[in-house]
Amino acid sequence: MLNRFRLEFPSRAENVSLARVTVAALASQLDPTIEELDDIKGAVSEAVTNGIIHGFGASPEGTIVVEAVLYGDAIEIYVEDGGKGIKDVPKAMEPEFSSDPERLGLGFSFMQSFMDSVQVDSAPGRGTRVIMRKQFAPRH
Amino acid sequence: MLDLETVGEVLVAKLRGELDLKTAGELRQGLDRALDGFTVRHLVLDLENVSFMDSTGLGVVLGRYKRLAGAGGKLVVLGLQPPVRRVLDLSGVLRIVPEFNTLKQAVEALRRGEASA
Repeated sequence: MLNRFRLEFPSRAENVSLARVTVAALASQLDPTIEELDDIKGAVSEAVTNGIIHGFGASPEGTIVVEAVLYGDAIEIYVEDGGKGIKDVPKAMEPEFSSDPERLGLGFSFMQSFMDSVQVDSAPGRGTRVIMRKQFAPRH
Repeated sequence: MLDLETVGEVLVAKLRGELDLKTAGELRQGLDRALDGFTVRHLVLDLENVSFMDSTGLGVVLGRYKRLAGAGGKLVVLGLQPPVRRVLDLSGVLRIVPEFNTLKQAVEALRRGEASA
């Protein structure tokens, strides 16, 4: 492990950008490509938005915790909410499944496209934890 | 984050900044108010100054596409930055929303009824 941080913030919409920019700043320490940074920002944005919208029903009263751990050639990102949880995780991860008609249901699908692995631990009433990993392309 | 201009029956919306949960609601309202208020049929989204878009921002784009399509109008885009293009491409939106290089080309194609993806 090279470096890490843990960030805790209220489930407010403006904190989606706070989270993605902070994780991208940590990832920047490995000199990634612009595309790799864009992927990380996109994935964090989706995970944190899911926590706010689905975990806490868009209420700003919840708490989201983002942890990121930098290894020599990879980053692991944990996004955790203590919200209402997901009953059927495989179904929630299907593309275009959405519990809200105003939303697209592409969040998990984007996370999977942007990252090398995405794991979701959740249970009703116990919140949701998304664990994502991205391996950086060798640079030298 | 939003500048609006009409050219005949085309509404041109220039967006700025990052389209996510924080900005999507305001953008949706701004665009819908403009579409309600003018007798426009088509919408050009100029995304040149949009540096980031996630699925929430994409929902605003797709929602306006559906609204216009329901009324016989078209939505077209221009000025896609790489992260925005990636999201529009991954979601399949670029298969239904035509992309143009310049505003002039977009407006002319819409006026001639020749804008297709």
